[in-house]
Amino acid sequence: MTEQIVTPSPTQNAAAAQPKQEEDVLAKLDDFAELPDAAPKRKLRLSWVGKLASLVVAFWMVLVVIGPWLAPHHEMDMDGDDSFMVAHSNEYGTFHLGTDYLGRDTLSRVMYGARNTIGIALLSTFLAYLLGITLGILAAVKGGWIDMGISRVNDAILALPAIMLGLIAIAAFGSSIPILIATAGIIYATSVFRIARALGQDIMVQDFVEAAHARGEGIWYIIKSEVLPNAAMPLATDFGLRLVFVVLFISSLSFLGLGVQPPASDWGSMVRENLAGLSGGIDLEGNTVISYAAIWPALAIASFTIAINLIVDDISARSGGSLAQKMI
Amino acid sequence: MAQAEKEVLIAVDGLRISATSDEGQEIPIVKGVDFQVHKGEVVALIGESGSGKTTISLAALAYTKPGLHFAGGEVRLHGEDLLTMAPLKQRAIRGAKVAYLAQSAAATFNPALTIGEQVTESAVLHGIMDQASATQRAEELYHALELPDPDRIGHRYPHQVSGGQLQRLMAAMALCGKPDLMVLDEPTTALDVTTQIEVLKAFKKVIREENSAAIYVTHDLAVVAQIADHIVVLYNGEVMEQGTADQIINDPQHAYTKRLMEAVRPRPMAGMGTEVSGDHHRDIDNLEVRAMTAGYGGLVNGEPKFPILKDINVSVKNGHVVGVIGESGCGKSTLARVMAGMLPPARGDIILDGDTLAGSLQERELNELQKVQFVFQMADTALNPKKLIGDIIGRPLTFYHGLKGKEKHQKVAEILQLVELPAEFASRYPMELSGGQKQRINLARALAADPEVMLCDEVTSALDSIVGANVIKLLTSLRDKTGVSFMFISHDLSTVASFADEIVVLYAGRVVEQGPTDEVLEPPFHPYTRLLISSVPEMRLGWLEDTLQKREMAVGIARGVEITAKGCPFFNRCPQGIKGTCDEQVAPLLKLNAGHEINCHLTLEQLNQVETETRLALDGAAA
Repeated sequence: MTEQIVTPSPTQNAAAAQPKQEEDVLAKLDDFAELPDAAPKRKLRLSWVGKLASLVVAFWMVLVVIGPWLAPHHEMDMDGDDSFMVAHSNEYGTFHLGTDYLGRDTLSRVMYGARNTIGIALLSTFLAYLLGITLGILAAVKGGWIDMGISRVNDAILALPAIMLGLIAIAAFGSSIPILIATAGIIYATSVFRIARALGQDIMVQDFVEAAHARGEGIWYIIKSEVLPNAAMPLATDFGLRLVFVVLFISSLSFLGLGVQPPASDWGSMVRENLAGLSGGIDLEGNTVISYAAIWPALAIASFTIAINLIVDDISARSGGSLAQKMI
Repeated sequence: MAQAEKEVLIAVDGLRISATSDEGQEIPIVKGVDFQVHKGEVVALIGESGSGKTTISLAALAYTKPGLHFAGGEVRLHGEDLLTMAPLKQRAIRGAKVAYLAQSAAATFNPALTIGEQVTESAVLHGIMDQASATQRAEELYHALELPDPDRIGHRYPHQVSGGQLQRLMAAMALCGKPDLMVLDEPTTALDVTTQIEVLKAFKKVIREENSAAIYVTHDLAVVAQIADHIVVLYNGEVMEQGTADQIINDPQHAYTKRLMEAVRPRPMAGMGTEVSGDHHRDIDNLEVRAMTAGYGGLVNGEPKFPILKDINVSVKNGHVVGVIGESGCGKSTLARVMAGMLPPARGDIILDGDTLAGSLQERELNELQKVQFVFQMADTALNPKKLIGDIIGRPLTFYHGLKGKEKHQKVAEILQLVELPAEFASRYPMELSGGQKQRINLARALAADPEVMLCDEVTSALDSIVGANVIKLLTSLRDKTGVSFMFISHDLSTVASFADEIVVLYAGRVVEQGPTDEVLEPPFHPYTRLLISSVPEMRLGWLEDTLQKREMAVGIARGVEITAKGCPFFNRCPQGIKGTCDEQVAPLLKLNAGHEINCHLTLEQLNQVETETRLALDGAAA
């Protein structure tokens, strides 16, 4: 592939002065001057922080799937010697992290709780995304009255505190897992809607969307092929954050006693149930010591949410910068 | 030259700048550059994009873009090395001793602050002067830069002045603190030729009056010839050649410099356009607009609320290239958008191969859409960054022609070959290509539709001269190979002249002159055409001074495009305007030979007479 610019043959004195360099330069020019050197690498590589965080998330995901089978005790079995005990063993087995306020194995309940807490949060976040993106992109693409209508309803919901809305919904419909998922999904769809709409509006005015319009493309093609791929990365970044908010929301509701109902285990409710233990548990000699039964589920929430955020940060930093830097 | 006696202001010595790749490798960007700037001297750094000229110029502020670092060498300002200086001392120099003017003034000014605040900010911040004297100094500079309403322009906001004025205001911003050195990064590249003259003139005057020195970064040799004393030619981070402006322009030594000279667009002249091959000829016109009026903001009493185009008659003949020229704001892009159906006209007909087209996209048939393809100006935004090149080019193939799978794949490779790119590019993303390559993909997407007419909106404006020249060459070969007709929009007359068979000169939404290229570029001219032609910089020393003596310059460059409701819109910039006639009545059509038309109140004799007078005046000035 050569660019045919008429090449002046290197002339006498100039060529004599610096013949090699000139030939090099011209050879390069003729060798397709505009070509970036090689096809760039597109592999996404995480930093060590990102890798560590992925391990943490993978660990919890495994527990979501097989936690109940791995757990040494059933979440409801009151097998321990006493409530708020430190680690000990008896005829039912070993209690590695001690027992909770009813003498159940804390470790097992954290393992069972992963499914409830993360599972509900994931489902709610997916629901929030499904609703938020559909309506947000629709509002951005259609504009006018449709946009106005959806946006104002959205603003109204957004104006109310999330926890209040949650309390109202649960008071009205009762607390069950489907209601919990639907409530969290709808509440968080409002923020997703705002982001999706703003992203959509930015993308809709881009030249490549206008080019698609001019080609005669229909609205679905434009949404699917032009808008969504460009909104995907920022939305994914937000997905991580939103998931964390939902985990905290569900945990807050559970903490208030309105989330996952006992005796099912859930990290948020476990923190609440076992708060009393922080001021007094029992060691093997019967002395009063601090029980960590409330700390373990709190750590579980913290590790999961922080890990998700680290991954999200890492991906957006890496994918945003590295390829672009190579092109400079 | 008295250069040897002048004091060296800044000396760049063996400067090396590198980037670090993800793998930790050093990638040299600037590979040992030496040059000096003396007091009162303008040194131009020229080269193509990627030659490192901006990177080197920023080193004069001891600054590198993120990801780069200084790898060696010295930059001595008054004998003191800037690169090894403590950061706080570097900061004291930036903006005070060395000032930087970015390429885009529009992006440099903060829209929320008044111009005056921003012009005086750095002088006050550095403690060079107090607010009152800074404001006074700024006003002096407004006068020196010949800005309109100099006593009050400081109270305006950036959006209230024109692009050329903003560019000059940025010079005022740089000069306010009386810096020893100005670094100007492509300050006129984004401007119309008429505005460019105005800005160059102001820069040159101010640099002389203030006796300040400047580093002028550009890829445009013709501009360099007007303003520089000393030229440094760069390629790939190395100095190819340096010398006085006279020597580089008139007697270049290095083969690369000669290459750059060839890429300089020649002056627009008759006889530059290529002949159309008769192979694709058909009797019927390809695409035509008749008595078309268009604008934005909806219709009020059948007229657009913000009218842009008025009573336009333009026709694109089969296999021909119609160049549309005019300054920014004249409605060039709007014309193409109306033809493409993106903006329904308020009145008038759009005719494709003899059939009237609907005004809006929704009402047009698929095969009508396929025949007329619009190519956007900025390939960066016109290509979806998340789609592979193969999918971008493949979509029109599937959409219009139903190609799928292997067939489509093969056709994509063919089209890539047609635009002179390797077939492997199909698996790349737009971000992984250079600017010129992206523009080729942009054209390839339009070609994939197998159109009859391609409407190209300033497709070479964002590219530097060599890359742009290659794109023009490509378009010419495409026309010859495929018989596609083009409407080629540009504000650059030389590009249009070298490529178009016919030229349409638009001013403030009206056609002021049109006809075959050779006729339009030969006298008699419409006064506006003459203004445009004489504004194209020539690559010779002293051109700027010569041109400024022409009388159309005195009136013409000082004002911008205004869309008027009645009369000839060019009246307020026309040196031969007839009061009471030109500003009241619509200009009549003068029909000349070979379909050449001029819309002007002046008679043919009057237009010809002006031509003789100008020539005489110029000869007189030269003698």
